Amino acid sequence: MSDLFAVKPVLLWSDALIFVLVATLVMFFIHLARDRLTRQRWTPVFASPVGMGSFIVVMFYVLIAVLDSIHYREQLAAVDGSDNTSAEEVHYSQEVRSLLDDVLSRLKENSEKTYSAPFSIYSFSKENVTLEDGTVIREYPRLDGAGSHLESEDGKAWDIFTRSIEAVLIGLLISGALIALQVQWRFRCPPEGCPLDGNGKPLVTASRHIPWKTLYGTVTALIVLTTWVLSVGEVYHILGTDQVGQDVLVQAVKAIRTGVLIGTLATLLTLPLAIGLGISAGYFKGWVDDAVQYIYTTLSSIPGILLIAASVLLIDVYIETHSDDFTLLAERADFRFLALCFILGMTSWTGLCRLLRAETLKVSQLDYVQAARAFGVRHSRIISSHILPNVTHIVLIALVLDFSGFVLAEAVLSYVGVGVDPSMASWGNMINEARGELSREPVVWWPVCAAFIMMFALVLAANLFADRVRDAFDPRAKG
Amino acid sequence: MTDTPMTSTPMEQQSAETPLLMVRNLAIELPVESQNAFLNPDAKPVELVKGIQFEIQAGKILALVGESGSGKSLTALAILRLLPNALKITRGSVRLSGNSLFDRTEADMNQVRGRQAAMVFQEPQSALNPVQTLEQQIGEVLKLHRRPGKQEIRDRVVELLQEVGIPDPEQRLSWYPHQLSGGQKQRVVIAIALACEPDLLIADEPTTALDVTIQKQILELLNQLRKTRNLGVLLITHDMGVVAEMADDVAVMRHGEILEYRPKADFFERPEHEYSLRLINSLPDQSFRQGKHLAGPLLKVEGVKVWFPQRKGILQRVVGHTKAVDGVSFRIGRGETLALVGESGSGKSTVGRAVLGLEPLQEGQILFDGERIDNLRPSQFRPWRKRIQVIFQDPFSSMNPRKRIRDILAEGMVSLGLVANAREPEQKLIELLERVGMEAEHLDRFPHEFSGGQRQRIAIARAIAVEPDLIVCDEPTSALDVSIRGQVLELLLELQREMGLSYLFITHDLSIIPHLAHQVAVMQRGCLVEQGITEQLMTAPQHEYTQQLLAAAPGKAILRKV
Amino acid sequence: MLAYIIRRLLYAIPILVGVNLLTFALFFMVNSPDQMALVQLGDKHIDPEAVEQWKAQRGYDKPLFVNDREDSEGLLTDTIFYDKSVRLFALDFGKSDEGRDIGDDIQQRMWPSLAVALPSFAVGLMVNVTLALFIVMFRASIFDTAAMVACVVLMSISGVFYVFAGQYFFAKLWSLVPISGFLGGVDAIRFLILPVLIGVVAGIGSGTRLYRTLFLEEANRDYVRTARAKGVPELTTLFRHILPNGLIPILTSVVVVIPSLFMGSLLVESFFGIPGLGSYTLDAIQSQDFAIVRSMVFLGSVLYIIGLILTDISYTLVDPRVRLS
Repeated sequence: MSDLFAVKPVLLWSDALIFVLVATLVMFFIHLARDRLTRQRWTPVFASPVGMGSFIVVMFYVLIAVLDSIHYREQLAAVDGSDNTSAEEVHYSQEVRSLLDDVLSRLKENSEKTYSAPFSIYSFSKENVTLEDGTVIREYPRLDGAGSHLESEDGKAWDIFTRSIEAVLIGLLISGALIALQVQWRFRCPPEGCPLDGNGKPLVTASRHIPWKTLYGTVTALIVLTTWVLSVGEVYHILGTDQVGQDVLVQAVKAIRTGVLIGTLATLLTLPLAIGLGISAGYFKGWVDDAVQYIYTTLSSIPGILLIAASVLLIDVYIETHSDDFTLLAERADFRFLALCFILGMTSWTGLCRLLRAETLKVSQLDYVQAARAFGVRHSRIISSHILPNVTHIVLIALVLDFSGFVLAEAVLSYVGVGVDPSMASWGNMINEARGELSREPVVWWPVCAAFIMMFALVLAANLFADRVRDAFDPRAKG
Repeated sequence: MTDTPMTSTPMEQQSAETPLLMVRNLAIELPVESQNAFLNPDAKPVELVKGIQFEIQAGKILALVGESGSGKSLTALAILRLLPNALKITRGSVRLSGNSLFDRTEADMNQVRGRQAAMVFQEPQSALNPVQTLEQQIGEVLKLHRRPGKQEIRDRVVELLQEVGIPDPEQRLSWYPHQLSGGQKQRVVIAIALACEPDLLIADEPTTALDVTIQKQILELLNQLRKTRNLGVLLITHDMGVVAEMADDVAVMRHGEILEYRPKADFFERPEHEYSLRLINSLPDQSFRQGKHLAGPLLKVEGVKVWFPQRKGILQRVVGHTKAVDGVSFRIGRGETLALVGESGSGKSTVGRAVLGLEPLQEGQILFDGERIDNLRPSQFRPWRKRIQVIFQDPFSSMNPRKRIRDILAEGMVSLGLVANAREPEQKLIELLERVGMEAEHLDRFPHEFSGGQRQRIAIARAIAVEPDLIVCDEPTSALDVSIRGQVLELLLELQREMGLSYLFITHDLSIIPHLAHQVAVMQRGCLVEQGITEQLMTAPQHEYTQQLLAAAPGKAILRKV
Repeated sequence: MLAYIIRRLLYAIPILVGVNLLTFALFFMVNSPDQMALVQLGDKHIDPEAVEQWKAQRGYDKPLFVNDREDSEGLLTDTIFYDKSVRLFALDFGKSDEGRDIGDDIQQRMWPSLAVALPSFAVGLMVNVTLALFIVMFRASIFDTAAMVACVVLMSISGVFYVFAGQYFFAKLWSLVPISGFLGGVDAIRFLILPVLIGVVAGIGSGTRLYRTLFLEEANRDYVRTARAKGVPELTTLFRHILPNGLIPILTSVVVVIPSLFMGSLLVESFFGIPGLGSYTLDAIQSQDFAIVRSMVFLGSVLYIIGLILTDISYTLVDPRVRLS
């Protein structure tokens, strides 16, 4: 291995889980492509422009989260590198980097001393500046990492404009090429499925329903946005910098991983519990039902936020007293993060469990379950082949509905002080810092706005998608 | 369309006077924007009712007959302009006492609804507002159209309740719907309809959800009101027995068209359309099946009691029992059919579940082929599963919607160890499907792709797949349209002859029994009140309840004639 | 009816015991009192003396379940379990880790909490029901669609954003109300307007959407068709038939939170500096005062269970189907 690529992959537990998540998604799509019944049930979701658009936005967030989950540590050169390490014993940097860091490296490197407003080329606060003739005056100094190629403020607008045009054109070119390739493939792939030839052949059902215009439009918008951010962000701080001079945009993007993971893992981690207990209670009834009802009434009687706060406090105590078990800062943050997801899940699984119990009660009264019993089919098999497939829509709806709730909850929890580790980039932590920033004069509004906007886009897309899923799968939701 | 030969339509006969209701060229469609555009992008508007016409004279009953989906209920709703928003009336006219209803404003329509024309719906359980008292609900119509004083309303409501046969009407004024039985609720609905003395009553399957004895009472009530009040009635039904008993004229509807429209007597004697003939013939064969003398009983049910505990009080102690089945005994021989008859809640289905080993017995025993099969553990019952099978009432819930027909049919065979997996017995599965009149290509389809009748055939195939000796048939035909009912019953009879099957046939429908069953047992409130050979029991019923049931069966007069 | 309520009350006991055992396990068995002491004192200077002293001051130096040093009378009572858990059943919350009487604090602080939470709850409910009814009136029209889109957008905005925006515009920029703080008596109104307003606005999206679904469900029922067939005008149908039936699930589903209103809201109270139980809890969390957190968990469960019982009772009051069966 050459020195250039001397890296050591790091697999955090949450990384592993996000890969499992992606694998599940891929498997789901394979299933979708193969199974006619599944496809029929999902058609209303993906056939609607809103469903398709919101799905792509959510997937864009997931993609960023995945990029941010491929972690590694760089090997340190024999001579000390840029990091704070004693080079004798440690061969790898203490800093855990991800692929996303590499993508954003140019934006990350341009750090400042302190706050600076979006697109500004001057610092936010006055400093003592030594002029060439030796006099010291207090003024707003120029930024190190933004607009250093400019003579003065005058050329900024034109510079931003030209760079934007350039970036948008590149983005359009890339997305155009991608779409052209896809169109080519689409019209060639199904031999008789071309929608343009009017010979009355039945079209391939999947491609016929997909709202291609929305799909291409959303993808193009996202690609253009990416190229614009990457190219303009190189020389400006698009969303300004924070107190210690870091680019706010980079932080908001880094926080995506936290948001996406907390939204999915919190439900997924406790899903087996909810499914297992809910279905057993509804199917076996009797004392099993009593026991499960007792457990979930007890758990749900504790106010959610208090249970979370208490548990997180205890996790903190555990981490502090077992600090030897966590060698890396990232590992420690990751442990706390997973614990938080699990605790969040613990406060919400009772609702899903209750729904599943009620639905199982209903389904197990249906004739086909009775018929299976008349055939002497074993309980385990009745549950796995008759009950479970007919209650999955409830799990699915809960999963997508809870997602946005958890993303929003993270912000509140971090504010309360029981959220993710302060060292982890998260929207909650950004908002938490905003309390001081908003009372400054003039107001430092950009970090908190960046966090809100990034969060809002994800939550809105997730909510819209959840709506479509619920309409398609919940027989009661039609109205 | 309406160019069916109408040699002597009621319209022509009565064209002299102005009819009470005149429907001309009525068409209803499901417009494209109401269809699910995702599933069918090149959807066209679907015409659900295709330009029909009929009329009703005061004091007459027109029966609009057809099977589910024929558009008869839509027609009823369209007359009062109560169609759901998704549907549109595209053409035609409706005249009530000569006045066009389609030209009126919505506010004007509200003066017609309830006052000149009223409606009675199929499902009394949900047709009443659960949080209003009877006085409020009946009084509301009076208030709207008559604006009388409080006491007047009360007097009139009492009078109406009396008229529709609710006992103690004064006390029941403050009752809520859930405190009434299904039949009483339907009477209240009728009372609401009659409150402002309308000229026209539209009754959409008013008795379908009710037991036979109550059905008879409601029909009698309608008939009597029609005479005393000179009420014109549009009676929508699928039951030819009801038609035979009630109607003056008959209109047969299918696929949104009226196929035949004639006076009743004419219609039953010389039906012109082939479909009408089929409907009339769907009235089951009333010749009695002859009982065989049997080698020995296959199933012996002796003094069976199934009780469900009732819990009460702080500690939920068992304070008593709901005696769903309270001492039932009967025998079924090989190749024999026993019909277990009773109204809803009589415990007949519970008997079936007990025989299947799905319900523990409080007392008594069940012997199958000489061995006791009651109160066995699931594992002990397994050997008997192969020999006792079941067919359920509702063909839409009796199959797992996520499974292919192949897996549904093979489930029993795999579970009982007859074959290793669902792929193996391909040939056998095809044979089964063909046996019940389906095709091999149906194997890989899902249940929702079939009609009710086809599904019931598949359910039969599933039951006979394990080659049982006894099949418990729990109302297998009551969810089916009449013309399909006959075919399914015929299939069951055929299978019985070929395979020597015994049936425990649970039903509330007396009309299918003569041709089907060797023996009949009548159940009421958990007990058998009478049992015996079909012919004896049906021609000379001993018990009062059996007599009531038989007398209540609609259309007996016509049945005897046919 | 009485037997039913008594049964519900009896059913509450095992649940409270469960909550109690769970919190006890969480606070004393997952982490020992020694570990708590270390964290509280800061583990830089690990002085066994100081740890013991810290524990003794707060009564954490006793054995967990069984005290075998004592004679028989103190065998079970002179333990952490008895002191810190069993006493909660008598609503004896004991002292906080800083030595304040928790019971007194709660009594003092629950009224400001209620002053914010109750109006937010009541006004929010009224606003949501009214909006939902209005939307149902125009169901299946452009207005309906637009309102639903607006609801989803409102739902997708973080609650913290409403607080920031409200404080910035109403208090800082336009100086209509004070940014934060609280005074007793009539003055309280000035301080309450903004938190209540924000509480209401933050809940509009999800509340209106949910209630619209419930009303629509009622609007599609058969009895509504019966009413229309009677000749009842559309608007009357809405108010006389759909509204009363739709309100039943709405009212009974909100009853459960009424007792919990005493607990206040962590977020709103701390942002607006309202000295209620919410900010009390938040301070306790941030200063890692385990005794207060433990007490609030128990109090929260008690209030929730009271809410459950009230729910059952409210059903029997508003729904004749339950009342008369």
